[in-house]
Amino acid sequence: MIIRGDEPEQLRLLRKLYKPGNYFMQGNEAVAYGALFAGCRFYAGYPITPSSEIAETMARELPKLHGYYLQMEDEIGSIAAMVGASWTGFKVMTATAGPGFSLMQENLGYAVMTETPLVLVDVQRSGPSTGQATKGAQGDFFQARWGTHGDHPIVALSPTSGQDAFWETIRAFNIAEKLRTPVVVLFDGVLAHTREQIRIPDVSEVEITYRKLPANEEEAKLPFGDPHGDGVPPMPLFGHGYFTHVTGSTHKENGLRDVYTPEVHDRLVRRIHRKIEKNREVYERYEEHFTDDAEILVVSWGVTARPALGAVLKAREEGIKAGLFVPKTVHPFPGERMRELGKRVRVILVPEMNLGQMIIEVERYVNDDVLLKGVNKIGGVPLTVKEILREIRGVA
Amino acid sequence: MANEIYSTYPMVKYLRKEALPTALCPGCGGGTVLNAFANAIDQLKLDPKDLVVVSGIGCSAWIASPYFLADTLHTTHGRAIAFATGVKVGLPDKKVVVISGDGDLASIGGNHLLHAARRNIDITVILVNNFIYGMTGGQLAPTTPFGARTTTSPYRNIEHPLQISETIAAAGASYVARWTTAHVYQLIESIKKALNVRGFSLVEVISQCPVQYGRRNRMKEPAEMLRWFLKNSVPVSRAKNMSPEELEGKFVIGEFVNRERPEFVTELNKLIDEVQGHFGLKED
Ligand SMILES: Cc1ncc(C[n+]2csc(CCOP(=O)(O)OP(=O)(O)O)c2C)c(N)n1
Ligand code: SF4
Repeated sequence: MIIRGDEPEQLRLLRKLYKPGNYFMQGNEAVAYGALFAGCRFYAGYPITPSSEIAETMARELPKLHGYYLQMEDEIGSIAAMVGASWTGFKVMTATAGPGFSLMQENLGYAVMTETPLVLVDVQRSGPSTGQATKGAQGDFFQARWGTHGDHPIVALSPTSGQDAFWETIRAFNIAEKLRTPVVVLFDGVLAHTREQIRIPDVSEVEITYRKLPANEEEAKLPFGDPHGDGVPPMPLFGHGYFTHVTGSTHKENGLRDVYTPEVHDRLVRRIHRKIEKNREVYERYEEHFTDDAEILVVSWGVTARPALGAVLKAREEGIKAGLFVPKTVHPFPGERMRELGKRVRVILVPEMNLGQMIIEVERYVNDDVLLKGVNKIGGVPLTVKEILREIRGVA
Repeated sequence: MANEIYSTYPMVKYLRKEALPTALCPGCGGGTVLNAFANAIDQLKLDPKDLVVVSGIGCSAWIASPYFLADTLHTTHGRAIAFATGVKVGLPDKKVVVISGDGDLASIGGNHLLHAARRNIDITVILVNNFIYGMTGGQLAPTTPFGARTTTSPYRNIEHPLQISETIAAAGASYVARWTTAHVYQLIESIKKALNVRGFSLVEVISQCPVQYGRRNRMKEPAEMLRWFLKNSVPVSRAKNMSPEELEGKFVIGEFVNRERPEFVTELNKLIDEVQGHFGLKED
């Protein structure tokens, strides 16, 4: 049983299979290798463009590492199988896009409610509906946050390159394990299919986290308790004789359903929120370029952060005081830092491959005296340096 | 009162006492199914520590969880088999059992049922077929008999019911049997066989829901429903020589298939072993 991917055997296999060095590969492949290095040994999925190469890489590589690739009958079954496998101790992942992400929402909520660690990669494509099936987009910002029903927290990361995707996928697993929660990786069709140089490190360079297991019988009897005060209950895995009861219905600390007592629901849902809010240092991450003296701040995420950086560099060459803020964890949004930066700048531009999604989150943290403007493009073609630069010049 | 009854009930050792008494209506066939399952476990001398029981949503889903004292996973509506698939891959040496309703497993979850049978993954499914959506108040199910009344077919049902056992036998399961709650001993024997088969097994139990189905179809009393089952049950062997017209409204009972076929998780592990060998990854 593979509970801990750092078993000497796993390290030996990783070393033998993947020599450290530079490789030329797709963003999707980088995600898959990140997952393998993070200890993912169970993948259940259903093919969909532009995410399919993640499934293909996992199907090819997982058996070499004693891991399991399952092609399920649909996306609903895929995330269901992941939850089942996670309760047996596996680190689990799936990848999907557009319509598949929509189908997974019900069980994503189930994973939140049952505090099941899993990683869900959404390779965003152009919608609504089947839209432009093969083209990239950034339209699932809010679907990641609010796609499933009820009051729930979510953690979502968004890599900005193939290399970044390798490391951010590892980080997604570490957060999922540490906080016993599903983590969404908002990738996109453009980076997914871009081939570039990606460095595969030695396993020793990779820091890996594992879920907290119960220290004793008493802890195992409270699979939804909070014995350590951090909001994260130790996870009693199936098959160890604990007789654990897991349900997506409102449950008490011992796992038994109680949907009638308001306090039980209140206590459970607030703790699930609290464990995310209180553990910001576990997942919060952003990048900044030239923000110290910036007058014009570009705030961008995912694929668009790259042309945005290009535009900021060019603007600087022209003597325009532009800066760039890139939330890498997009949910929960790094609002505090956004507020600080918002106080110092005159203009904020938010380029995205959608008609304005993250800008709504940015707006919550900036005052009215800042000019806030979206730079939006849809149609499946990414924003260019030129297009963003033009907007910067326009407000300079 | 309830506690006294449970304290003299020999199978109580398999139940999660803090979850009792059950929420099932008096006279519900679900109790019979729970009893039959506990007896099968007892007769096989299976340690509940070697069991993981998974269910979906509905009255029948409660039979397994929370009432049965094992690792229990109560999932979303229709998805129990898919969840169980992940559990089985992680715990290939445990018995993974799904107990849920016909609406749950055959309607919303019909695709998972079909594909699990096709894959022949070693999961035992006990499907409680009460012809109705009990929990949501008695609506039309994919198993509601032609002509029957439900809250969403108030005049009469004009759809044809799905023959679950026949369909799953055709889909590739290793073991398929159907009984009614009036055939308790046969039911226990089939559950035992199903648990011991290495492959996908389905035991369909025709069960009474006097509250939501019987009441609207002139069988208010649970016993009337059991008499209906007994009167209309036809063994598989006899059914083979009967015409579709003669079989209309009958319950074909017995074993549909019992065969060996490569099992999914076994094949998955074999494949991993081969790949490891092929790439020279095994430790010498
Ligand atoms: C996605 C979804 N759709 C609908 C429901 C509502 N629902 C709960 S139980 C149920 C039907 C259960 O019927 P069945 O499986 O036959 O079980 P029974 O109650 O008859 O034993 C439905 C439709 C739900 N919980 N989830
Ligand atoms: S509604 Fe029907 S199926 Fe549900 S518990 Fe009552 S009798 Fe049983």
